[in-house]
Amino acid sequence: MAMTATVGHAHADPHHIGVVIEHPGPASKRIVTAYGFWVFLLSDIVMFSCFFAAYAVLVSQTAGGPRGSEIFEQRNVAIETVCLLLSSFTCGMASIAADVRNRFWFYLGMTVTCVLGLIFLVIEFREFADLVARGYGPSRSAFLTSFFSLVGCHGLHVSAGILWLLTMMAQVFGKGFRADVLRRMMCFALFWHALDIVWVGVFSVVYLLGSGV
Amino acid sequence: MSDQAHTRTEHDIAPGDEEQHSVGERVIGYVVGLGLALLLTATSFFIAGTDLVWQPSIPVALIVLAIAQMGVHLVFFLHITTGPDNTNNVLALAFGAMVVFLVVGGTVWIMGHLNQNMPPMDQIMQMHR
Repeated sequence: MAMTATVGHAHADPHHIGVVIEHPGPASKRIVTAYGFWVFLLSDIVMFSCFFAAYAVLVSQTAGGPRGSEIFEQRNVAIETVCLLLSSFTCGMASIAADVRNRFWFYLGMTVTCVLGLIFLVIEFREFADLVARGYGPSRSAFLTSFFSLVGCHGLHVSAGILWLLTMMAQVFGKGFRADVLRRMMCFALFWHALDIVWVGVFSVVYLLGSGV
Repeated sequence: MSDQAHTRTEHDIAPGDEEQHSVGERVIGYVVGLGLALLLTATSFFIAGTDLVWQPSIPVALIVLAIAQMGVHLVFFLHITTGPDNTNNVLALAFGAMVVFLVVGGTVWIMGHLNQNMPPMDQIMQMHR
């Protein structure tokens, strides 16, 4: 420990690269948990990028089947997008309520998030069922295979997120705002916001680019 | 909130956590984020169906708007900032973005060239005849 930082040094070095702190100890469990989950989320986004790449390659391989512009309903996609955006907002409200340990606003925020997520899933499921009923299922063409796997994978994530959301409500109901429950709640909020980011890519690349070009 | 916000010089901040703010300030952050996200989404949907702009510019505009909206989500919802306590989170994000760029960009690049350089199967059969 020959080198110790002075106050003046720290000002010229806002990221504290040159600072040697004596035995700062391990980071708190909240930071370690959230950072690990953040790395998982990034790997999940890398997995989604593979589905995006497959879709970009196969988008014109329609094998005589329908093109994107013939099957996409922009109005439904707009409703789905607004639902997910608002649910991200209410999820943020619920995590603030959890931080200040306010049960009423926590339950309200989580319930609204859940309802908006379910509306999203119902619209998506009806779109898929309608396509399959018209004979445009995932086996029709390579384009439809990649479309169903990309959008369906996002839908599966939203379904898992809703199960997790209900679990969090049950845990707060049963165990209260304990530190471990709050850590799980923070990871859930990260998961839900990350799903919204993936959806931004989906509606821009799949639905809007697909219906315009 | 736990105690990590007081020890900024020693510890990093968890992704998704904010530095110590009052509830009102945090709610305003989410409201601003929601407003910007809705604005960018509305612009995307408008641009996709309009005749007002030069048509070949629309795909580029949509991709730029999508990246902008992802940035809004990262800053206002996931609270990824440029602050010194966020360096680890930003570095992890940068690595993830690099892999995403390599996977998507590399795939589109390689498969596009393959598509151009390989004629369809029936034409190959004719060349061998």
